[in-house]
Amino acid sequence: MNKLSFPWLVKMAWRDSRRNRSRLFLFISSIILGIAALVAIFSFGYNLKEDIDDQAKEMIGADLVITSNRPVNPTMKPLLDSLGNRRSQERSFASMVLFPKSQGTRLVQIRALAGEFPYYGALETLPVAAAQTFREGQQALVDKTLMLQFGVEVGDSIKVGEVTFEIAGILNKAPGQTGISATVAPAVYIPLRYLPQTGLEQKGSRINYLYYYKYDTRVDIKQLVEKLEPRLEKEYLNTETIETQREDMGRSFRDLTSFLALVGFIALLLGSIGVASAIHVYIREKLRSIAILRCLGVSAAQAFLIYLIQIMGIGLLGSIIGAALGTVVQQLLPQVLQDLLPVQITVGISWLAILQGIGLGLIISLLFALLPLVSIRNVSPLNTLRISYESTSLFKDPLKWAVYALILVFIFGFTYLQTQKMKEAGYFTLGVLVGFLVLAGIAWALMWTVRRFFPESLSYIWRQGLANLFRPNNQTLILIISIGLGTAFISTLYFVQTILLNQVTLSASENQPNMVLFDIQGGQREAVADLTRRQGLPVIDEVPIVTMRMEEINGLTAEEVKEDSTSGISPRAFQREIRTTFRGNLTDSEKITQGTWQGKVNSPEDTVYVSLDAGYAERIKVEVGDKIVFNVQGALIPTVVGSLREVDWNRIQTNFRVVFPVGVLEAAPQFHVLMTKVGTAEESAQFQQEVVREFPNISIIDLELILSVMDELLDKIGFVIRFMAAFSIITGLVVLISSVLISKYQRMQESVLLRTLGASRSQIFAITALEYFFLGALAAGTGIVLSLAGSWALAKFSFETSFTPQLWPVVVLFLLISGLTVLIGLFNSRAVVQQSPLEVLRSEG
Amino acid sequence: MLVTPILHIQDLTKTYQSTGHTLTVLDSINFSVEEGSTLAIIGPSGSGKTTLLGLCAGLDRSSAGLVELNGIRLDNLNEDARAQVRNQHVGFIFQNFQLLPTLTALENVMVPMELRGAKNIKPQAMDLLDKVGLADRAHHYPTQLSGGEQQRVSLARAFSNKPKILFADEPTGNLDAETSEKVVKLIFDLNREAGTTLVLVTHDAELAAKTQRILRMKGGKLISDERTVG
Repeated sequence: MNKLSFPWLVKMAWRDSRRNRSRLFLFISSIILGIAALVAIFSFGYNLKEDIDDQAKEMIGADLVITSNRPVNPTMKPLLDSLGNRRSQERSFASMVLFPKSQGTRLVQIRALAGEFPYYGALETLPVAAAQTFREGQQALVDKTLMLQFGVEVGDSIKVGEVTFEIAGILNKAPGQTGISATVAPAVYIPLRYLPQTGLEQKGSRINYLYYYKYDTRVDIKQLVEKLEPRLEKEYLNTETIETQREDMGRSFRDLTSFLALVGFIALLLGSIGVASAIHVYIREKLRSIAILRCLGVSAAQAFLIYLIQIMGIGLLGSIIGAALGTVVQQLLPQVLQDLLPVQITVGISWLAILQGIGLGLIISLLFALLPLVSIRNVSPLNTLRISYESTSLFKDPLKWAVYALILVFIFGFTYLQTQKMKEAGYFTLGVLVGFLVLAGIAWALMWTVRRFFPESLSYIWRQGLANLFRPNNQTLILIISIGLGTAFISTLYFVQTILLNQVTLSASENQPNMVLFDIQGGQREAVADLTRRQGLPVIDEVPIVTMRMEEINGLTAEEVKEDSTSGISPRAFQREIRTTFRGNLTDSEKITQGTWQGKVNSPEDTVYVSLDAGYAERIKVEVGDKIVFNVQGALIPTVVGSLREVDWNRIQTNFRVVFPVGVLEAAPQFHVLMTKVGTAEESAQFQQEVVREFPNISIIDLELILSVMDELLDKIGFVIRFMAAFSIITGLVVLISSVLISKYQRMQESVLLRTLGASRSQIFAITALEYFFLGALAAGTGIVLSLAGSWALAKFSFETSFTPQLWPVVVLFLLISGLTVLIGLFNSRAVVQQSPLEVLRSEG
Repeated sequence: MLVTPILHIQDLTKTYQSTGHTLTVLDSINFSVEEGSTLAIIGPSGSGKTTLLGLCAGLDRSSAGLVELNGIRLDNLNEDARAQVRNQHVGFIFQNFQLLPTLTALENVMVPMELRGAKNIKPQAMDLLDKVGLADRAHHYPTQLSGGEQQRVSLARAFSNKPKILFADEPTGNLDAETSEKVVKLIFDLNREAGTTLVLVTHDAELAAKTQRILRMKGGKLISDERTVG
């Protein structure tokens, strides 16, 4: 082999691209938006991580936080008092408040604070001094959304339980608070010493106990926590440090960014199909030049390299443009997502994201261009003499299969890197592969069918339009795959969004409750039900709730399960407090899937058979027949799992993971939940005022409010998804345009010949329109069917919900894609029709 | 004096497998060409002349038999090695010129020299263009040139590597009579000047008569081998 230097190959690639650069750029432009989407997401992710790292201190507010959801055992007090140089305490819980000025009531998060917390960051208040002064008297800080909602001002009062506080200041921001969390349960800070007087610290109230510590000297907090943990865990105390805060936040936002990155990746994949199809046609046109070069002494490898360099060069250019565009788009993301984020986002240029984007662009253009490029190796110099017996071997190259395999490995690898989940990455790759194969199968079937059952009796225009589908150099396969996959991706995104929205859109039928009263004490039960009825409201449901903890599963305690990893029981089972109920029968949202339901225990000696939610049982690895000992606030109750239930959690009613039979828990400390349905906003306000006035300890959840917050949240998430999906949709358009445009070069000669033979403009238009209509309609139809199947699978297996697609968006999408294909096809043949045949012949020569 | 053959063909056979049966395109061809001589291969369409030319020039591999070009056995070489032989010893002229459409006339002439790794080739390439009368069109692209001009560029390219042997496939097939005459004169003049061996395939009896020897083909077989006055 003659020694040809790399610079010559580059020079030749440059020269050869000379008259094709605008076309090459069009081909590669389909990856620009995909790269832009990914660079935007990556940059956003990196900036977010940096911001979380920087702001973790301010978000947690202290060096160490110890939390518990039950009163701390007095034996722990010496230990808790010995930690840190400075200490603060907080009790946090949900409660109703009343604004005497407007008589308005609302569920809020009460935070009763003692000490100087926060040690990092600040309670941002107006006036600024209020953040300190409220601690000194009977004063409160009230979240700004509450102040606005109830039209109260600094100096007005707020009633928390039995105590009325003067509002010292507006709370603008507190450590760790997001825009959304403030809307669901806005915070009200009060001094801790007034908590007993409020009367809200009763047994059964769900209070969180928080201890904040600040170290003035350098202390290895991680080491300290490791030392303390065994003692703390025994007493159900949890720890949080700046480091764990960083990790937790980082993890949850990695999930968000990796989901968005996958949506961006879909845009990139879609663009790649465009690249592959465009380069395929480009190389076909270059066969003559390649044959000449081979004739003059260029080796197969060199010819391959000349075009590879060309494609990589233009791929690099496309990637750089994409990365630049992504960096610009990134500036918009924080605005879109701000309310969901706990930290202030800085928008900076992330060189790492840019490099990743460019690298990804190069890999993608290389992989997808390789498919057509490997054929170059087989181009014989004999083509110069117009002997092309060997051209058939062009498509039976084993190397092509290796490239296909590489592409699959790449898709799997990228998805895995994003999700860190083998199974998900596998399903995603499989989905893309199945989509590809189905579409290729449809294309082949179409060509075979049209050829086999060619309608000879149709008019010439129909016959020519149909014949175009299977004639040599047809684009049936490539157009059906690219249009079909594009349609499938876009409509799947649409369907997934509908599934997500349907999952939380709760039906507003007559009997559905829209207001929940909880924390009703045993003695208040009758009175609250009476009050409800007196207001003319129905008592739809009333259930007792007993909080408890698991003590032992099959004779093993939490410690033993932790040490013995062979038990198969999840240590998580012991961690949380469980709210259970007791009743004699199943509700209509429950169904026994295993074992038998036992609703009653007749004598204290009988075995207590409990029923578990099937999903919960699976998570903690418990089966029918297993023995569980529950700790009901000190009293141990041995039970056996008697049945598993399937619970429809989407229904508004009280659903429970564990249900006890009647005859066991009646005497246990408990509170009750009551559900009702209120009509108008006035009715709701009046009822809430009455309840708060008579029973200050009872909390009320207005489901309408929760739903409107959820709506707002979903609107924002939906917008983010649509924003990312837009990249796919526009990429799909670019691919469609470039796919159709490249076919223009192929059929130029033919249309010119037809024109020369006397075909009229309208005849050429009709032939083109028919051909593209067949392609577009079939591709869009197949794509939609694929996405229906994919969305159904996602709904069933991933979201565990049902999927009923709406008909009209499907029809609109189908018409839109088919119409667009025809339109772009016609637009392209305009040049052929408008110019004189001679002009076209000359320019093609 | 014993003249060394630049091209030696022995029992050359080319067959293709086509839908189950074997198609013999060339059937046991034997001949040798002396260095510096001129030779024409003529015959009706489909007689196998172009296939023979392709095999002699190392563009394809034979099914059986021997091809020796400048003492190198081509039938033993792989495609990349044959590419090197083509670059160093062979020049081509085609019926449809086969210029690289994205390269200027000058660049087209330079490519074979660049492939060989030669330095300072521009003056040499300009010189060749000057010889074919196209120095002033050096920076034009093939589409900006007429057929005759394109063939002259292709001629300059063919001579750029000082080949031992020049293969021409219907060099005047796409040209009008007047242009043909000019191009033919140029081919023979340059050939004489450089001492290159010329093998051309043609339908044109008048053109064939200008060579020293005519091989006549029919149905894949060599049916006559005549020496002309030249």
